[in-house]
Amino acid sequence: MSAHTLLAESGCHINAHCAFPAPGLNSFDFKPIFSIGSVDFTKPMLLAVICMLIVVGFFWAAFSKPKLVPGKLQLVGEIGYNFIARSIAREVIGKKGDKYVPFLASIFFFVWLMNIMSIIPLAQFPVASRFAFPVGLALLVWITYMFLTFKTHGFRRGVKNLVWLDNLPKPIVPLIVLLEFLQNVILRPFTLAVRLWANMFAGHMLIVVFSVASWYLLTPSIMSAVAGSSFVLAAGMTAFELLIQFLQAYIFTLLASIYISGALEEGH
Amino acid sequence: MIAFLAEGGAQNPLIPDTTELIVGLLCFFIVFGVLGKKLLPNIQKTLEERRDAIEGGLERAEKAQEDATRTLEQYKAQLAEARHEANRLRQEAQEQGATLIAEMRSEGQRQREEIVAAGHTQIESDRRQAAQALRQDVGQLATELAGKLVGESLEDHARQSRVIDRFLDELEEKAEAAR
Repeated sequence: MSAHTLLAESGCHINAHCAFPAPGLNSFDFKPIFSIGSVDFTKPMLLAVICMLIVVGFFWAAFSKPKLVPGKLQLVGEIGYNFIARSIAREVIGKKGDKYVPFLASIFFFVWLMNIMSIIPLAQFPVASRFAFPVGLALLVWITYMFLTFKTHGFRRGVKNLVWLDNLPKPIVPLIVLLEFLQNVILRPFTLAVRLWANMFAGHMLIVVFSVASWYLLTPSIMSAVAGSSFVLAAGMTAFELLIQFLQAYIFTLLASIYISGALEEGH
Repeated sequence: MIAFLAEGGAQNPLIPDTTELIVGLLCFFIVFGVLGKKLLPNIQKTLEERRDAIEGGLERAEKAQEDATRTLEQYKAQLAEARHEANRLRQEAQEQGATLIAEMRSEGQRQREEIVAAGHTQIESDRRQAAQALRQDVGQLATELAGKLVGESLEDHARQSRVIDRFLDELEEKAEAAR
């Protein structure tokens, strides 16, 4: 249980001589559900496992026995699959991208579902707001990026592909090499992870702030009106989050495909 | 809250938790494994089969259309040929008829001319005979008459004949000149 839930349930209201239990980093820390030795199993991990089960379960139900004339579930699955295969892999990487559709689709649907957990009752926590989850995925994307770069171009031209730009005036070459190296090798995976994490973190924080506030302000006084508006905002933010969740999963996948495309291309 | 913090709850959020990292990666690998190894290749195959089926259907329809067009062309060609043949036959018949008529006409002409020519010849020979007979008769009559008139028998037949012939020739010349 997170701190704000505990405080909210304790009946802490504005008139009860109780300070506003401002949500903060503590909203993202959970007591372990169970522990094996020093290893704690927490709610985000449970949610990640559930997400994994849902994604696998859904696609299993949709695609395990595919038919030429699709049923409803298969049709929905196909729309999802085509979204990744056509508007991301084909669009960004081209024909060569067909090979990477499973990787990209896995990323997209896993991330999207982890994000959606933010507004599912009882779950109500975006798994990706725990930094480790985006880091793991970004790391995989980075490894794929590096592997494909060196596999496609060999070591020397692979390095060149990562740090070199053609037709530069001599004096700024070292600077550009440094910048390109920083951008491609270090910042790309970092920003990829942080972008997803920060969006989910902030979104969850907003929803929590307005939810806690509406509970905190809910007293038999004029403040209940403020509590109402706070509640409306929390509901609005929840709807808004639905969009952000999809968008961030899409951006994460899109960037992954752009990196793969960069690794496969001649120069850049 | 302070108590919670004291429990060691909130940390730097940018330090990833190792267990979470492992769990997250594990979950992703399972998703990727099942989707990438089995389910997505499955659906990829199905989509291709469907595309083939649709394109195959289209191709078949196109082929049928082509066949129909070709058959129509054939029929049209045959029809045109038949029409042409009929025209040709009619023309031939007309030509033959015309030739036949011309032949018959010329044959008729020929026969007519023959008949006319034969008539002419007949008439000519009849006229000759008549002229011959007449000459002899006239000669005899004239001789007899002259004999009676002069009282002398013109016995000399040869002389008599010469005189008559000359006389008749003169007559003929006169007649010729008069015509």
